[in-house]
Amino acid sequence: MIGDMHPGDILGEYHEEVIQLYGLGPRKVLVTEREAPYPDGRLIVSRTDTDGIITHVNRSFVEMSGYTEAELVGAPHSILRHPDMPRAAFKDLWETIEAGKIWQGYVKNLRKDGGFYWVKATVIPNVRNGEIVGYTSVRRKPDRRKVEECIPLYASMKAKEEEEVAQ
Amino acid sequence: MTYQFTVSPDFSPDYISGWFIFNTWLQRALGQSIHLEMMDDFQQLHQAIEEDRVDLIYANPYDASMLVREKGFTPLVKPRGGSDEAVIAVRADSGIDKVESLPPGTRVATTDDPDVHLMGMIMLEPAGLDQGSVELKQCGSYVLVAKALLQGACEVGIFLDKAFDELSRPIQSQLRPLVRSEIQVIHHSLMAGPRLDSEVEELQRVLLAMDQDPRGRNVLQGLGLVGWEPVEEEEAEFMIDLMETLTYSPG
Repeated sequence: MIGDMHPGDILGEYHEEVIQLYGLGPRKVLVTEREAPYPDGRLIVSRTDTDGIITHVNRSFVEMSGYTEAELVGAPHSILRHPDMPRAAFKDLWETIEAGKIWQGYVKNLRKDGGFYWVKATVIPNVRNGEIVGYTSVRRKPDRRKVEECIPLYASMKAKEEEEVAQ
Repeated sequence: MTYQFTVSPDFSPDYISGWFIFNTWLQRALGQSIHLEMMDDFQQLHQAIEEDRVDLIYANPYDASMLVREKGFTPLVKPRGGSDEAVIAVRADSGIDKVESLPPGTRVATTDDPDVHLMGMIMLEPAGLDQGSVELKQCGSYVLVAKALLQGACEVGIFLDKAFDELSRPIQSQLRPLVRSEIQVIHHSLMAGPRLDSEVEELQRVLLAMDQDPRGRNVLQGLGLVGWEPVEEEEAEFMIDLMETLTYSPG
């Protein structure tokens, strides 16, 4: 399950947005401008079932997301979805991994406290006995220059998506 | 029948006699004939695996995918508390204080230890560095990686964390770690090939009990280990998936 974010969890000034989560409907998110630095030498690892429900997280995932392990396991992976991410990025991700291929890209993730962190994410289908049984996502520290390239790109993709919705 | 045993060529030379003693111990414990052959390098190892000349292997995680998914090997055990981690280090007097300060063309001393090299290169990515934008110098040992730094032949070295921590104090004092990996799930493992399928349970039983008698503990000590832990099939599959995400490079 995934609910709206709570003001009591947020650190600092925030603004409110409503994002549409695929298959789950609207979620009210509370967003600040605080960026959490990615810790050196770590990998953030999670696994989901084929519906994107989290089944396993490592310690770095828990620390960076701000949620407890109990809050994360059983929640949809879109609990991390930041409103600045264009929907097209996740559409491409799901189409790629459901086809049994590996997806890689730069992602801005939302923390429980309203802050964010950038990652270089790689998602691989877990194929067992010829069938996809889930997905493993491994994030590492990104090259800042790649992140700086993604910021205007994602903003323009998102603006285009909003225009299409408005039409 | 004599089974063929080998050890991934990235083993520390300090433990070469330890592996022969381990093989003698294992033959007695199993009541089977096992021949240990050390390979000179990964090329020789991969050829032997390709030609199905390996029945038992202490494998680098980099080779786990091929062994399990292509050659039908079964992971048996892994060293207790022993994940593989990497250290990126510079000379102590270097002006570089973080990975992000490393420029393109940086000279990187490394080894042919594939998982450590991979982890090291991932830790250089935040600087925008990859195989194509650094000058790699492959060294025959971690001591030679340290030497390349101290002699100024390279600005950065990639070490196995244990090898870095075991460098002599005078050498270590002239080096400075920039970053250490904390990945925790990448590890070597002992794996059995299809010809040993009928022995898998017995192999696991004797290996897991190895630290419970003084003789077994001595043999483990000769390998720098304190004991073995079981590797569940799904755990091995998980590590293989994780390694594939780390080696993935888009078309």
